Amino acid sequence: MTKTAKTKELDKDTQKKLLQLNDFIAGSKVLKDKQSLLMGVLHQTQTLFGYIPATAMDFISHKLGVPSAHIYGMATFYNYFQLTPKARYQIYLCKGTACYVAGGARVLDKLKEELRIGVDEVTADGLFGINITRCLGCCGLSPVMQVNDDIYVRLVPEKVPAILAKYRRLGQPKKKAKATAVAVGGFEQPGK
Amino acid sequence: MNKQINLRIDNINVTVPEGQTVMQAADSVGIHIPRLCFHPKLSAMTACRVCVVEIAGRRNLPTACNTEVSEGMEVKTNSAVVRRARRDIVELILDNHPRDCQICERNNNCELQELAVVFNLDKLAYEGERKKYAIDDSSPSIKRNPEKCLLCGKCVRVCSEIQGVNALSYAHRGFRTTVTPAFGLNQQESVCINCGQCTLFCPTAALTERDVTEQVWANLQDPEKTAVVQVAPAVRVAIGEGFGLEPGRDMTAETVTALRRLGFKVVFDTQFSADLTIMEEAHELIQRITKKGKLPMFTSCSPGWVKYCEHFHPEFLENISTCKSPQQMMGALIKTYYAKKTGLDPAKIYSVSVMPCTAKKFEAGRTEMNASGYQDVDAVLTTRELVKMIKQAGIKFTELKGSSFDEPLGESTGAAPIFGVTGGVMEAALRTAYESLTGTSLPNLDFTSVRGLAGIKEAGVEINGTQVKVAIVYGLANLHKLLTEIKEGKRSYHFVEVMTCPGGCIGGGGQPYPKGVTEPMDFAVYQKRAQGLYAIDANKQIRKSHENPQIKKVYDEFLGHPGGETAHKLLHTHYHPRTPKGIASKVKDTVNIG
Ligand code: SF4
Ligand code: SF4
Ligand code: FES
Repeated sequence: MTKTAKTKELDKDTQKKLLQLNDFIAGSKVLKDKQSLLMGVLHQTQTLFGYIPATAMDFISHKLGVPSAHIYGMATFYNYFQLTPKARYQIYLCKGTACYVAGGARVLDKLKEELRIGVDEVTADGLFGINITRCLGCCGLSPVMQVNDDIYVRLVPEKVPAILAKYRRLGQPKKKAKATAVAVGGFEQPGK
Repeated sequence: MNKQINLRIDNINVTVPEGQTVMQAADSVGIHIPRLCFHPKLSAMTACRVCVVEIAGRRNLPTACNTEVSEGMEVKTNSAVVRRARRDIVELILDNHPRDCQICERNNNCELQELAVVFNLDKLAYEGERKKYAIDDSSPSIKRNPEKCLLCGKCVRVCSEIQGVNALSYAHRGFRTTVTPAFGLNQQESVCINCGQCTLFCPTAALTERDVTEQVWANLQDPEKTAVVQVAPAVRVAIGEGFGLEPGRDMTAETVTALRRLGFKVVFDTQFSADLTIMEEAHELIQRITKKGKLPMFTSCSPGWVKYCEHFHPEFLENISTCKSPQQMMGALIKTYYAKKTGLDPAKIYSVSVMPCTAKKFEAGRTEMNASGYQDVDAVLTTRELVKMIKQAGIKFTELKGSSFDEPLGESTGAAPIFGVTGGVMEAALRTAYESLTGTSLPNLDFTSVRGLAGIKEAGVEINGTQVKVAIVYGLANLHKLLTEIKEGKRSYHFVEVMTCPGGCIGGGGQPYPKGVTEPMDFAVYQKRAQGLYAIDANKQIRKSHENPQIKKVYDEFLGHPGGETAHKLLHTHYHPRTPKGIASKVKDTVNIG
């Protein structure tokens, strides 16, 4: 068999949100045809999930009868839509001149190595995301890094593991919900 | 009658019906305005802008492909301003394109390269950042190289408007815009049904077949292996185009010689197994009609359609004939019947097919296709790949002395060549079904009502007092329309022939690329290829599959009878729903060639 079978188990949270999305679609007034609801439905998806997961696009594709390739096209066209989940802890590393000269690049390497992700990516557990920013306005204390609202200054690579460990403790993931779902299409959606 | 519009193009007086575009009007007086994103059978999209012209009274340069003519219009297609603009546009596209023409497989047959040469681009002024993407070779049929993509959108539109598959779409924006399957999945994971029409429509080498010529060369030169090959009907009337010959010229005999020279020990004819398919399929149809089985029955020889059914219309899977396609039947026989007869170990047979089709590559890899315990067909070459191999070997194809196929799987009747053209499988099946149901011989073998290049055809044939209703369809958007109307009860048939590609296999995704001013789906080219196949049929002594003496022999010696136990085990199969579940395009007007 090919590996096209993308049947994933959906957690309770996703199922709940898909049901809400379903209600939203059912409650929307169809003006011309169902397809014209797409923009509004994508907005609602982002509001519900915080981003637009492939599972939701597949769900919408079946609900509105729009091929998923075109939904993906629209979702990636508008900057407003986000296709990857926001990390719980967003790391912003400054790559302004001062920070760069002071060794910011080595800090970035260390972050990538520890988290095994690149810039603009999010760890599989959704805890960390690495972003690059330009000048956080405290060049005298470079290199500078921000994690959500906390600022870290005069960073050296050796300090990175301890900082990450702190947030790992804070952000212990909640217990996984049990999956129950009805398969529709390649992905899954909640019962109709 | 339409209102007529008078205008002047490059000082030539032109009169065309209202509603035509400037491009059409120019074409009608022998002026070819360059174009990259326009195709007469696809919606206009104005993505490339190379078709700009000057129109008196307009400030900017409008695009000819979507500007309608109006009374008294003055058009200049070749002014200094226009030439300059086109040149700049081509240059900007080239600036974002890899510079590897010499090692590109579309070298000398690339619409972009052609424009660059015609517009005298001698230097590239806008050297800047160039897009970088990985090649997607996940699919056994289609290779995607987004770096060579001009974003003309023809693949997106053919996949949507003609095939109804919508595997591809534009994604992202600006410099990062790319053409990709949903969610950035690769081609293999997407709903792509491997038809390869996008490879014919792509102006560059951004979409091509997955080339296996190296693998075939390696096996041809392996002393342990016996290389056996089969050739599909539609290949022989198109392969000549790869060597500059007219479309439709029958090159069967030369192809056989060339294959022997390449090192194939045995050369069989897929037309033999086309006759065999008719024996099994006609038998199955009669069973379904007389025993109240599932109807309509759909033909199963087009693997793009089969995969489409698995993704998009699994509710019709039981309607598909259980017969394997001719390629797979031949593959099965080579490694069972032929191996036994000659004492060859099936493990040491390297079985290759030459097909007009990219989807055949996927079909050959289906795990259920292994009658002998080994894969029925080991490698599939498209017509284009065979042309390449013949050129690599330095064989002067057009000067070859012809030769004939090997026995015992090389003989075919007139019912077989027409498998390669829309309506042909139906006609072949009707010839056999009619005679076996009525026990009388047909007065006229030509079922002209099922011929022609229309997208959907219908016919009724009276057999033994029952009106047998049949339909013939190509292009899966057309098929989606037909299936929708069958479900709505607006249409009903006993037997439906489905070919994925426009015109049938003659228009297959593995056929030679259009060259010069011919387009993919060019009526004149497809018409000639079709005529080539009908001529082969007309010239055969025997024109009905059930009268093929070799077929009778294979049943006697090995298979038993049509639909019998051995035949069933080796020559039949079943299909299953496949994910992701596809959403077809909305039903539109029927797409026709010409
Ligand atoms: S091979 Fe056919 S189905 Fe696949 S992307 Fe190309 S046109 Fe679409
Ligand atoms: S892949 Fe080819 S056909 Fe498709 S948009 Fe790019 S250049 Fe055009
Ligand atoms: S051909 Fe007219 S814009 Fe591309």
